[in-house]
Amino acid sequence: MERDREAPMIDWINVILQGVLVGGLYAMFAAGLSLIFGVMRLVNIAHGDLIVLAAYVALVTTETLGVGPLTSLALVVPLMAVIGYALQRLVLNRTLGEDLLPPLLVTFGLSVIIQNGLLAVFTADSRKLQAGDIEVATIRVFEGVYVGLLPLLQFAIAVAVIAALQFVFYRTALGRAFRATADSQSVAQLMGLDNRHVFALAMALSLAVVAIAGVFLAVRANFDPAIGPARLIFGFEAVIIGGLGSLWGTLAGGVVLGVAQAIGAHINPGWQLLAGHMAFLVILAVRPEGLFPRART
Amino acid sequence: MSEPPLLAVRHLDAFYGDFQALFDLSVDVQAGEAVAVVGANGAGKSTLLSSIAGLIRTRRDAVTFDGATIGGTPAHTIAARGIALVPEGRALFPSLTVEENLLIGGQLKRPGYWNLRRVHELFPMLAERAHVPSTTLSGGQQQMAAIGRGLMSNPKLLLCDEISLGLAPIVVRDIYARLPMILAQGTSLMLVEQDVVQALKATQRVYCLQEGRVALAGAAKDLTREAIAAAYFGV
Amino acid sequence: MSVRVAFASRSSQIGMGLCAAALVALAVAPLWGGRDDLQLLSEVYTYVALASLWNLLAGYAGLVSVGQQAYVGLGAYILFAFAILAGLSPLWAIPLAGIIAAIVAMPVAGLVLRLRGHYFAIGTWIIAEVFRLLASQVSVLGGGSGISLPASLVIAIASSRQWRDFIEYWIALALVVAVLALIVLLLRSRYGLALKAIRDSELAAACNGIDVLRTRVLVYIITAAATAMVGAFIFLQRLRISPDAAFSVNDWTAFVIFITVIGGIGRIEGPIVGTIVFFALRQTLADLGTIYLLTLGAVAILVMLTAPKGIWGLIVESFGWQVFPLERSVILRDRRGVSEQRSGG
Repeated sequence: MERDREAPMIDWINVILQGVLVGGLYAMFAAGLSLIFGVMRLVNIAHGDLIVLAAYVALVTTETLGVGPLTSLALVVPLMAVIGYALQRLVLNRTLGEDLLPPLLVTFGLSVIIQNGLLAVFTADSRKLQAGDIEVATIRVFEGVYVGLLPLLQFAIAVAVIAALQFVFYRTALGRAFRATADSQSVAQLMGLDNRHVFALAMALSLAVVAIAGVFLAVRANFDPAIGPARLIFGFEAVIIGGLGSLWGTLAGGVVLGVAQAIGAHINPGWQLLAGHMAFLVILAVRPEGLFPRART
Repeated sequence: MSEPPLLAVRHLDAFYGDFQALFDLSVDVQAGEAVAVVGANGAGKSTLLSSIAGLIRTRRDAVTFDGATIGGTPAHTIAARGIALVPEGRALFPSLTVEENLLIGGQLKRPGYWNLRRVHELFPMLAERAHVPSTTLSGGQQQMAAIGRGLMSNPKLLLCDEISLGLAPIVVRDIYARLPMILAQGTSLMLVEQDVVQALKATQRVYCLQEGRVALAGAAKDLTREAIAAAYFGV
Repeated sequence: MSVRVAFASRSSQIGMGLCAAALVALAVAPLWGGRDDLQLLSEVYTYVALASLWNLLAGYAGLVSVGQQAYVGLGAYILFAFAILAGLSPLWAIPLAGIIAAIVAMPVAGLVLRLRGHYFAIGTWIIAEVFRLLASQVSVLGGGSGISLPASLVIAIASSRQWRDFIEYWIALALVVAVLALIVLLLRSRYGLALKAIRDSELAAACNGIDVLRTRVLVYIITAAATAMVGAFIFLQRLRISPDAAFSVNDWTAFVIFITVIGGIGRIEGPIVGTIVFFALRQTLADLGTIYLLTLGAVAILVMLTAPKGIWGLIVESFGWQVFPLERSVILRDRRGVSEQRSGG
């Protein structure tokens, strides 16, 4: 392919813009993860697989009810929230405590179960949700520079979701309950808060975000039961790059990751994932607390 | 006594793992009363409060409150029944501002006299420093915030664990000066204290614990310093 | 009053005796077993080895890794690299894989041990992914689709297929015995005592002069090296390698973790018990893949929630057995020569 010698800069701008926008998607993967770790010090290894589960739920919803992906959210989000509440209340609450083995191993087991369950029901075939014309629409930013409408929309929604989570955390009674329980479970109980219920609500909220992320994923690219772990890794890398304890930092982390991957892919398509991992490892090596860590522990 | 006590602790044994901290303990609080529990370190005073508040599991009938046996029920349901504990060392939530600490105290939305405005009237400095992180307050201010947080749930019984701990005497006097206002609004008090002098001045009855047992009980005005010192130190 | 630390107990003396007998029987398996038996046994040995190593890292050093497949694949690729590029006999390549893996593990440990707890786990997974992606980029070793071991090198091991099977079987047996011996020796050494202390209370251990980080780095590197050697052997036996197979999470981590959890974490006998259960289930269920993994995952979760010490943990609690002499007891002998034995843990 001949490259226009006068505009390699334009190529790079396009590449970086794409990376920024996909960063919004990664931030969505990461937000739910970050929330749960903040509230109950739990890293849900099944997180990525739950995103894929949400994608399949959306698939079934759109196919059986004949609605579009956006409409399917009305069903997928509450359903995943309920699943999250039940999962925490029935299984994960029992793993919380000083020892980190139980939650890690149980969520790992869950990851394997979800993957293989989806495989058994849906087979390993790649699927995708159709969103219509919006998938190929582009907006011209300026001469030669285009952004896809769908990625732009997803980025905007990602920002909105993070803003909403910030609002919940810092301006509502529920958010106060989350922060207080994270500070001290026993003193939170003295306030009349039932820890089991608070944790379950946090997981429900996390999975509501996961549901949105799953629908985004389903519309944007092909998915199959095995891609969960990679989403977990992207979300995790976004959290670490951005810095623990800060949701806006997670957005920044997602963007850095997305841009790194885009640059890597532009140099050599086989280097996309490696470039992202390298960015993560570099941050881990030189600034382990992340780019925008929250001042407090 | 004709009326049953608001709080009746009967034959309470409390354990930390294998270690027994309280032995066959019985104490009362009448409605409208302020009761002091004094004793040396390790006498079991905090354990008593934790047991009442539900942080330590007990036998069902060991604790009766407002007519119902509450021993062994979870701490959050005990809080909903109207017992508020101001923990030792204040234990404000570091992630919350001063005002948020008060608001979360009011999470239960129990009806009553106390709300944010009235707590600010009781402790005006809390209004001035409403939106700063609770960790930036001085010890005395934190103690006021912790008490205010306890009041926000409009409890029938307020348990205070060593509110004088680590505070300058003038600050302690300032805090104790507000306790009568709390009593006047209908909240009964159980004060655990090492500062016996303050405790005696603020309460009607005193229990003195020694190694997990009640060594002395009586009306505050009737007990002599000598008797209390003897019970305190077990001589 | 004199004080002596003893490791053996009556139970472990019996256990070790039984193990010695079993070892003799297994060593002469080529005499009584057919080709399928030898292959099954080799598989059992490799899983016992991998699970024991994971157990050392997670159960004893408190480092829960979900990325040990990084070293399985690394060891395998080192063997294939030396075989294909340098014509080195695979038998020499196995220990070489261990050495090179140990060297690689040092900077990796430096990076990944900056993460704690859950984050460490995911970090190890990322490292494995990086290894996998790098392997796919190396075209001389088959890139993404993989490569086979040259026939000439296979023949160099032994001219007849039967003798190749025997030699590979004995290598597998030697590897698992070496791995178990290494673990037992490590745990009996002062590093083992340090690990126990760290497991009980990291803070208290540090206050008593134990360099927690250094102990963990040491265990991480040793585990990486041993895992790589096992990985090298596994793919030597398979004769063919590909990035997805070499770095498979399912094969080298999921199964390994489930085996150890069900058998019993934190006890050396646990992975052995777990592997036996795993293979017994597999032989009877016959159907591999999806449903099997599903069931295994569910069972592992159930075990973690209801009996976190696993099958062997339950046995220890009920009967107090131990097979390997690892429990430290202090024997006090007073002036009259009367001795009293007190065991700790």
